[in-house]
Amino acid sequence: MGTANFVLFGICAFFALFGAVATVAAKRPLRGAVALLANIIALAGLYLTLSAHLLAVIQLLVYAGAVVVLFVFVIMLIGPASEVEGKSEGLAGRALSIAIMTMVTGTIAFAVSDAVGNWYAIADNPAYGTIEAVGAELYSRALVPFEIVSITLLVAIVGAIAVARHRTADEIVQAKAVHAKALEVRAEAEANKEAAAEAAAGAH
Amino acid sequence: MDITLGTFLALGAILFGIGAIGFLVRRNVLVQLMSIELMLNAVNVVLVAVNRYHPENQAGQLFAFFVIAVAAAEAAVGLAIVIGLYRLKKSVASSDADQMRH
Repeated sequence: MGTANFVLFGICAFFALFGAVATVAAKRPLRGAVALLANIIALAGLYLTLSAHLLAVIQLLVYAGAVVVLFVFVIMLIGPASEVEGKSEGLAGRALSIAIMTMVTGTIAFAVSDAVGNWYAIADNPAYGTIEAVGAELYSRALVPFEIVSITLLVAIVGAIAVARHRTADEIVQAKAVHAKALEVRAEAEANKEAAAEAAAGAH
Repeated sequence: MDITLGTFLALGAILFGIGAIGFLVRRNVLVQLMSIELMLNAVNVVLVAVNRYHPENQAGQLFAFFVIAVAAAEAAVGLAIVIGLYRLKKSVASSDADQMRH
């Protein structure tokens, strides 16, 4: 691994960790979303140090371009209520969660940190991570999962619309009242128009 | 110190741990969904790193690709459910989603 890669790795790893901590610790979800954006961009940089160019672009397009924007939309739609934090099970429960997760992931991180792989120079395999190589494998070895993913995305779109469109009982009553009022106003306007036409015909 | 495969694996494990802590400790559904995204991203780092150290094929990148696709679908459906919860309860605190508890 060269010096440039080393520097890029250092910067990206720092921002990935910083963004992750800031996302989790954010008081306001909007700041959390921006920290998540920093984390995602840093991870795209990490993919570049690993020569996964196509995946870095997909990461930026899908996460930074779509998922974070969706989060920001929802936070802005909900407004000030989005900053409310629910009741938690107290300091002891939280401390226990943090302690257990820190121990588990710390142990895993320590155990895997001395794994050594062979770093093949990318010159040996110049197609690695390019659109051609990844695309060729995507459409040959992973063709069936690829088609299933397209169906999954379709179902997710339909499901998201079906869930988000759902109205509560109060809203249905309100909507029916508004609709009835609109019909009433329209009928009144037509009656007025007819009366005006008759009056005009009579005057003529 | 040199960057080895272990450095990337440890980074992925730590990022996953931060996301898991966020999911367990926070009681705001939006932040919990962001924590899930953090965990999925941490897994992607490990997949891509292992693939780079075994570059005969692109299998790890394909897995990461599918994880990204599923994460996007999950974010869309999850945020739709958050909006549904907000319309029902006027709140996004996960402790308020207790209709099925009683």
